Amino acid sequence: MAEMTFGKAINAGLRRALERDPKVVLMGEDIGRLGGVFRITDGLQKDFGPHRVIDTPLAESGIMGTAIGMAYRGYRPVVEIQFDGFVYPAFDQIVSQVAKLHYRTRGHVRVPLTIRVPFGGGIGSPEHHSESPEAYFAHTPGLRVVAVSNPQDAYSMIQQAIASDDPVVFFEPKRRYHDRGEVDEGIGLEGPGGLSMGAARVAVPGEDVTLVSYGPLLKTCLDAAVAASDEGVSVEVIDLRSLSPVDYPVVEESVRRTGRLVIAHEAARSGGLGAEVAASITERCFYHLEHAPVRVTGFDIPYPYSKIEHHHLPDLDRILDGVDRALGRPNSLSGLEEGE
Amino acid sequence: MTTGPGGEPVQLLTPRGERLADARYDGYLADVDGDAGAEVLEGLYEDLVVVRRIDAEATALQRQGELALWPPFLGQEAAQIGSGRALREDDFVFSSYRENAVAYCRGVDVGDMMRVWRGCANAGWDPFSVNMAPTQVIIGAQTLHATGYAMGIQFDGADSAAITYFGDGATSQGDLNESMVFAASFQAPVVFFCQNNQWAISEPVGLQAHVPVAHRAPGFGIPSVRVDGNDVLACLAVTREALERARSGNGPSFIEAVTYRMGPHTTADDPTRYRDANELEDWRERDPISRLEAHLDSRGLLDEGLRGRVRAKADDVAARLREETVHMPDPPASAVFEHVYTGPNSELDRQRDHYGLYLAGLEAGHGHGHAAAEREGAQ
Repeated sequence: MAEMTFGKAINAGLRRALERDPKVVLMGEDIGRLGGVFRITDGLQKDFGPHRVIDTPLAESGIMGTAIGMAYRGYRPVVEIQFDGFVYPAFDQIVSQVAKLHYRTRGHVRVPLTIRVPFGGGIGSPEHHSESPEAYFAHTPGLRVVAVSNPQDAYSMIQQAIASDDPVVFFEPKRRYHDRGEVDEGIGLEGPGGLSMGAARVAVPGEDVTLVSYGPLLKTCLDAAVAASDEGVSVEVIDLRSLSPVDYPVVEESVRRTGRLVIAHEAARSGGLGAEVAASITERCFYHLEHAPVRVTGFDIPYPYSKIEHHHLPDLDRILDGVDRALGRPNSLSGLEEGE
Repeated sequence: MTTGPGGEPVQLLTPRGERLADARYDGYLADVDGDAGAEVLEGLYEDLVVVRRIDAEATALQRQGELALWPPFLGQEAAQIGSGRALREDDFVFSSYRENAVAYCRGVDVGDMMRVWRGCANAGWDPFSVNMAPTQVIIGAQTLHATGYAMGIQFDGADSAAITYFGDGATSQGDLNESMVFAASFQAPVVFFCQNNQWAISEPVGLQAHVPVAHRAPGFGIPSVRVDGNDVLACLAVTREALERARSGNGPSFIEAVTYRMGPHTTADDPTRYRDANELEDWRERDPISRLEAHLDSRGLLDEGLRGRVRAKADDVAARLREETVHMPDPPASAVFEHVYTGPNSELDRQRDHYGLYLAGLEAGHGHGHAAAEREGAQ
């Protein structure tokens, strides 16, 4: 076991993938000599060469489209999108090509791309640097979508994503890049505790409320579980890890016990992952619910400027308020109950 | 940008079938001009006639309701056959949807060619069995795949090449322009083959470009040539030159084949709404097949024997195309769910299982059954 930052854990995972398979290549803007704007690929071009760690021109659709061509040729490209808000120029190649080629060719062409996207807010950036676009991709058949929440998962899941023959959009919570955690580098493709990247994980067991999240808010949810416990409420925190497909049996089992579900994410509410999880869990365990599922999310707004972003991002108190609502407590600050 | 002597597109065969000497390109037609030249020319003639017949048969099948749609390449046979026959088996083609004559050169079965257009598949063939990617509908998207593939060839140290086909409309797309940036930066062994057929559905090429599209490539650092796209020998020669450049490590090339879409954009289009009949007549004078016929005739090769052989081959291919198309079975319902992912997917598998139960229930006479009855009534 070694203690390392989130960013360093991804770097170590990428290194393992490059060592494991000579067909793995990294592509992106500034990922070579600079090591990426977040230094996630630091030192990799020096050790693996410019044909394995490729600095590309500044054209996201170009990066994605040429990565597809490399996949046709038998390569396994890992594309870095510099910031969440820069993924949209590549959206057509991702949605119309990456996601559909295997289906289009009835399995003849595999596109084992990994698309790394640093996402989420909270770092005081200008516009386009703090977005949470995961729902667009989770809505796209043919893609797998994951979001990592801790260094150990980051280290293992990046390797699993690269080894996957399906294309994977891999969301990294950029505001957690400098957080430290224990990483067992002996754990490779098998994942911590044998968990595949498709599996959800009960991060903290509890009895009263099921609190589901992923990526940057997972840590806030863990803090919420501690705070709630001080108030005598036992919160079970589930880290979804995979956003497409969602590992519903894990959430379902929990909600059957607690009867209460809170979903928290930074992304806008309407049409988001929270809506999808709420609908699916309601379908699957309607008669076990004691309260309607509660969503604690960013608002339906373009990402705001940094001086006011804290209003938009769900924080510890807003998540605890959501827990209160799920419990039907009168001390909920957010006002109206559903249906009022 | 390379052109003919007076700035017009490179031409090696005049519309009257005269072979023009060309210091730059004659070297690329040594086989055509040599002792076995007759065989090569007869092969190209057969190709042109056969693919025109494929196009006509597919158009007819669409009119008869056997195909949902067909994008004719009538008039563009020389551009596609000339370039397609320049390729080696280990080269890889990334085309749009109109390059079915190139697909013919790659050895694609004519029945497979119809699969997409009958609605039985999204891709007609296994790309790796013929080294040609499936039909691409998004304009210009495939040009990036070609450059990426070519980068892979380069990293592998191989001497094959990638070629990408697109139309004049695609030259306005970001993807093509980004593709040229990447190809130039990495000196990738890729050939950009633009069939400028003058029309992007109803939009004339002047709306895409104020100058010949081949002018653009040098700005990216990519050498380009403007070629008579209805001259099969010129298309063969310029593509061979570009492939040689790619194979010898000298990077990408851009070819603008100046041709004309004699038919509609697709069978769903009506070009009489937007273009002048005189324009069509002008281009009919430059027909790629009559031109080669005139040349064959001038060399004493166009006898009844050749005409008969070629006609028989075209008849045979057309009959097979029709036979395979009309007997193509509808895909089963299970195909809806197959190959979305390479392995199991918990959510999709659940939807598939539920739909299977639903269909079984319907089959057993449960449920409402209105939609199924409507579908049957329509058949």
